[in-house]
Amino acid sequence: MVAATPGSGIVLGAKLGEGTVSVSASAPVKVEARGVTLGYGKRTVLRNASFQVREKEIFGIIGPANSGKTSFLRAVNRMAEMVPGMWVEGSILFDGEDVTSFNNVYALRRRIGVVFPLPVGLPLTVYDNVALSPRLAGVGKKTDLDEIVERCLRRAALWDEVKDRLHALGSLLSGGQQQRLTIARALSQEPDLLLLDEFSIAVDPVTTMRIEEVLKELRGEMTIVMVTNLVQQARRLAHRTAFFLNGEVVEVGDTEAFFTGEVQDPRTRGYVEGKFG
Amino acid sequence: MFRATALNRRNEQVEWLFKALFFLMTLVLVIPVALILGVLVVKGHSAISWEFLTGMPTNGMTAGGILPPLLGTVWLVGGSVLATVPLGVAAAIYLSEYAPDNWLTRVINLAIINLAGVPSIVHALFGVGAFVLFFRFGSSILAASLTLAVMNLPVVIVATRESLQSVPRAFREACWSLGASRWQTIRHVVLPNSLSGILTGIILTVSRAAGETAPIMFTGAVFYSPFLPQGIFDETMAMALHVFVISTQVPGVPENLPYGVALVLITMVLAMNALSVAFRVYLRGKKKW
Repeated sequence: MVAATPGSGIVLGAKLGEGTVSVSASAPVKVEARGVTLGYGKRTVLRNASFQVREKEIFGIIGPANSGKTSFLRAVNRMAEMVPGMWVEGSILFDGEDVTSFNNVYALRRRIGVVFPLPVGLPLTVYDNVALSPRLAGVGKKTDLDEIVERCLRRAALWDEVKDRLHALGSLLSGGQQQRLTIARALSQEPDLLLLDEFSIAVDPVTTMRIEEVLKELRGEMTIVMVTNLVQQARRLAHRTAFFLNGEVVEVGDTEAFFTGEVQDPRTRGYVEGKFG
Repeated sequence: MFRATALNRRNEQVEWLFKALFFLMTLVLVIPVALILGVLVVKGHSAISWEFLTGMPTNGMTAGGILPPLLGTVWLVGGSVLATVPLGVAAAIYLSEYAPDNWLTRVINLAIINLAGVPSIVHALFGVGAFVLFFRFGSSILAASLTLAVMNLPVVIVATRESLQSVPRAFREACWSLGASRWQTIRHVVLPNSLSGILTGIILTVSRAAGETAPIMFTGAVFYSPFLPQGIFDETMAMALHVFVISTQVPGVPENLPYGVALVLITMVLAMNALSVAFRVYLRGKKKW
């Protein structure tokens, strides 16, 4: 159960507004990429990626466009199978199990919430947007659904704005509201892994900050993999960060190390300092 | 400084010229519609009465009503829609939502395009061969309806597929990522948002089925029948064929009678079209994204 208790579990001394914190290296591994190579048709977009995402950390993935960041997320929840021509080699372990070994891909996807770059409010009511996933999972009782919808909307910092129009169309909310709606929808799955794909690309700076506050509350409760092309966003939120460049994982390490000059690769330093990308 | 140059003026003239030209072409398009309706109303309105719509033909079809062909057309259209809709919608859902992009899918798409291009008289011959003879339905409402259904299948498939495709892929991906199966996604998100287009397509096939003569001529529609159809294995009269018959095959028909029948037929068709337009307008008002 996702309970509204920021600070529970292994929160690593993180407080709102504080900088990045380090995750103890002994935290269990949540997601592990082992030699992941993937692409579309004849094109390879990510080569031999190997790294670990630890339990209940925010793991940032930074890098310029076309580095294979989004494609990697697609491989994690096996959405790759729904994309014509996309292929994945190597293995991705989720809680130690190869994702492709899940016979029930729907159960796998239910454990993994996804937030897309462009806000996708489904053309359902606000209420139904959030209630859809629980309904698909078999929750039928109105009181249960009411409770889930309110809790998720509150957690996504959207409740106050939509509580009087839960039965208006979700796709007609503003872009920023829709993006928070998608976060509420992702939370309604009670995921233990949240994949965020450049969530701030289409929302205003204020909404971005509000969503970042939400994420800070969520860290410590679930593992979050956050693809972003804003280096500073990774710095604000991510415990550890991977730098993808042209289909290669150049560097993985504590986010702070990216900014203190401890990183090894000159390309990483160049990117973080804004020399390209 | 902002004065028009000679080039500006010439561009403006050319602009005006083309606009006028395109407008005239559009008018030309409206003329036949207006003429057809006008002639039918002028020449046929005197034939129309309640008795005309509800009575049986008398005096060798030179007098009386048109109830048998009217009911026959309703039977034929209803039957064809019942057959077309489940088949066409299911095929379109498969092609739009499930079909991988491979040679088989491409062959199927090609087949649909070709089916749409088959002349209706060829559909008639197919109907005779397949439904009347091979399936032993005989010349019947069933055989004629199915022939009409085959003719209308590509229309329903294409309209449905277009309508499904107009639902953004992002909605599907969002739904899949929530752990929904393809079918759950189709049922909860894709179908509810493409219903308007599907219904429009279906309604258009209704008017097409009502107006076609060739496909039913050899498969179930008859020249004259003193009985109303009792079931799907009966033969029946039909409006479109009735217009043809009393215009060319029966001597001594008063002039307003064929026009009256045609007027009733076109009113039925236009009413269906109007319904589809109304649907579209209504659903556009509820546009969800």
